[in-house]
Amino acid sequence: MSDFWSNWIILLTLIVLIGSVWLLIANRKTEVRGDLPEGEIPKTGHSYDGIEEYENPLPIWWFWMFLSTAAFALIYLILYPGLGNFKGVLDWTQEKQWQQSIDTASLELDAKYAAYAATSIDDLAADPAALRMGRRLFNNNCAVCHGIGGVGGNGFPNLSDHDWLYGGSGDAIVQSITNGRQGVMPPWGAVLGDRGVEDMADYLMSLNGQPFDAQRAARGAGQYKMFCTGCHGADGSGIQALGAPNLKDRIWLYNQLDTPLLENVRHSIRNGRNGNMPSHADKLRPEKIHLIAAYVYSLSQTSRQR
Amino acid sequence: MEQTSPPAQSDNQVAAEPAPVTNEAIRVLNLYQTADKIYTRSLEGFFHSFRRWTWIPMLAGYFLIPWISINGRQAVWFDLAERKFYIFWLTLWPQDLPFLAALLIISAFALFTITNFAGRIWCGFSCPQTVWTGIFIAIERFFEGDRNKRIKLDAQPWTLNKFTRKGAVQLSWMLISLATGLTFVGYFNPIRQLLPDLIQLSINAAALFWTLLFIALTWANAGLMREQICLYVCPYARFQSVMFDPDTLIVSYNKTRGEPRGSRKADQKPAAEVLGDCVDCTLCVQVCPTGIDIRDGLQYECISCGLCVDACNAVMEKMHYPKGLISFTTENVLDKGGTFRLLRPRLLGYFTVLILMCGLFAGQLSLRVPLEVDIIRDRSLLYRVTPEGMVENSYQLKVSNMDQREHRYTISIKSDQALIYRGQSEISVAEGEVVDMLARLQLPLTDVRQLNQEVEFIVTASDGAALSSSEKSRFLAPLQTDLHKQTGIKNL
Repeated sequence: MSDFWSNWIILLTLIVLIGSVWLLIANRKTEVRGDLPEGEIPKTGHSYDGIEEYENPLPIWWFWMFLSTAAFALIYLILYPGLGNFKGVLDWTQEKQWQQSIDTASLELDAKYAAYAATSIDDLAADPAALRMGRRLFNNNCAVCHGIGGVGGNGFPNLSDHDWLYGGSGDAIVQSITNGRQGVMPPWGAVLGDRGVEDMADYLMSLNGQPFDAQRAARGAGQYKMFCTGCHGADGSGIQALGAPNLKDRIWLYNQLDTPLLENVRHSIRNGRNGNMPSHADKLRPEKIHLIAAYVYSLSQTSRQR
Repeated sequence: MEQTSPPAQSDNQVAAEPAPVTNEAIRVLNLYQTADKIYTRSLEGFFHSFRRWTWIPMLAGYFLIPWISINGRQAVWFDLAERKFYIFWLTLWPQDLPFLAALLIISAFALFTITNFAGRIWCGFSCPQTVWTGIFIAIERFFEGDRNKRIKLDAQPWTLNKFTRKGAVQLSWMLISLATGLTFVGYFNPIRQLLPDLIQLSINAAALFWTLLFIALTWANAGLMREQICLYVCPYARFQSVMFDPDTLIVSYNKTRGEPRGSRKADQKPAAEVLGDCVDCTLCVQVCPTGIDIRDGLQYECISCGLCVDACNAVMEKMHYPKGLISFTTENVLDKGGTFRLLRPRLLGYFTVLILMCGLFAGQLSLRVPLEVDIIRDRSLLYRVTPEGMVENSYQLKVSNMDQREHRYTISIKSDQALIYRGQSEISVAEGEVVDMLARLQLPLTDVRQLNQEVEFIVTASDGAALSSSEKSRFLAPLQTDLHKQTGIKNL
């Protein structure tokens, strides 16, 4: 707010406040003309449909109540923000109050978090209370991409199966959440050419037990050895250290349902893919990440049992 | 608005004013005045003792209910922090708010009915303002004596005697205010914990604030404000008159019988003096808690406590006149010579609505199932297709156990299509807990017939309790004909 408007508001507020008090004090008495019999209450002279208004006095405590509300307003405006840009002598802000309640809540939760942080993820995954907390954190922070229960979606890995891009151990999950992951599949369209991309796609279909063109797949196999083994491994089972996915398990991270699978795979090879799991080191305390990791870990455990 | 007068004393009705130019007398009227303190005289009588029998059970209820425990928990406890409201065997949750609304409607119609029937008897016989004021005045009477002694004592200069008496009154008032405040807060913070906390000075800030506030309010309302609350603060005083009709029972003075009033010797026949039955003893004014003269007719200040009826009847008895110069009667009986009519459309209408609401309330309460199921579909994903060729929808299931004990529930689904339920089929939920769990529904792609179909999740208690609740949601699937070619998934 500019200084002008700030002053304008301060002026208006004070005029209203002082004006109300003046109005109250100036009108606390009235003059009555003419004689009245003893005990009769004078009238104001206002008459509506034959109903006349009496000058019945109010109890004095009303007067003091009005004055005290004015005093309250003044004290409030001195203590808290309200007068234009004036911050108030208490220096109160919404953010500070919010931070205060967060701090109070943290104090309460710290003990619980500390106990969980000292427990291994394997043990936490068997503790229903810890999992409940982890699930709430997951639903608040992770479910928007990975879905409730971590089932994933197109471009967002399923966390409830046994297939892991970067490893499914507790430590690996903590790493993924804390530092994030950058999954980069470079575009090969320029290198392989249109025919090369189609050959490669058919070769991948053959690895997954899908219908494929044998001739193309054979050509693709040759090119696979040249360009792809470095990341995806000689047999296509992927390398977790690099985050390179297993190409043989019929699990497709990028598979838009309104497009045929073959087309999706060709697109991935031709244009590459960029997977970005953001780092949560700044957003979540390590104790929270520990709990979320335990929950995610438990998801794959139950799925394996089934 | 010039101030031409010297500052008048606050309670001065009229201050002399030196006459200015005009011939008319001009007086300055102070628009705010100190109300005269009302000293009520205490007289025994039917309504005086009747009031005791309406007060005692209510006071006992108020002070004792928080001390009742059921299953180791305070029986009536409004737990604001957890938003659970324990009322004996019932636990109400915020979603039960309609019950509160219904209760308020019932209270309103009960008030309308009783007001139309017998005026402001709520005020005179049961309002906490009247009850606590009555208690405070009884304490005054105990330490300072009745009306005349109190007036005399207040006029006296401060002596040790006055100081002791006034001190004793204030101390007793404070103790009662403390009990009142603590009990009130005890409905929200378990009272068995509150008292030791207070004594050990470890009471929490919020509870301390509300206790102190209610001590202050009790003391101010019953000690200082008294009838001022009824006259200037309470809205009921102002709108009660619209519920009145000529057949409403009101405390009224029989003018034709009483006037002209005048004092006389005992046992003198009124006819001899050409006087009415009113001996003008003003006892009816002296006992009135709002300080009015009932002989002026029906006034909005009258709280229908009937104390003036008691006072007048006692005098009539002494004078050997028939009782009932002041009585609970109706305008029709008194002024028009009619008879008391109980059955009239308006009262019957109020009463019918009241009974209807009570019935509805009781019915709804007995039909209430202390179990609630909420389904939240995954917000980010409509459906997904698993590598096994199943269309899968995920749901978050929230099962709230609103009963006062733990239950085991089985979860099942109802749908037109052969959906497969993947998730826990049985859960146990502790008392007052909300358990949220993951539920997935699957359908083979080949079986998809509809894009969007209804599915009902049914949660039923499996431990013998007759509890069941269900909630509907949708199962979404891609059109199978398109996917047949596109997904490239085997086994299609």
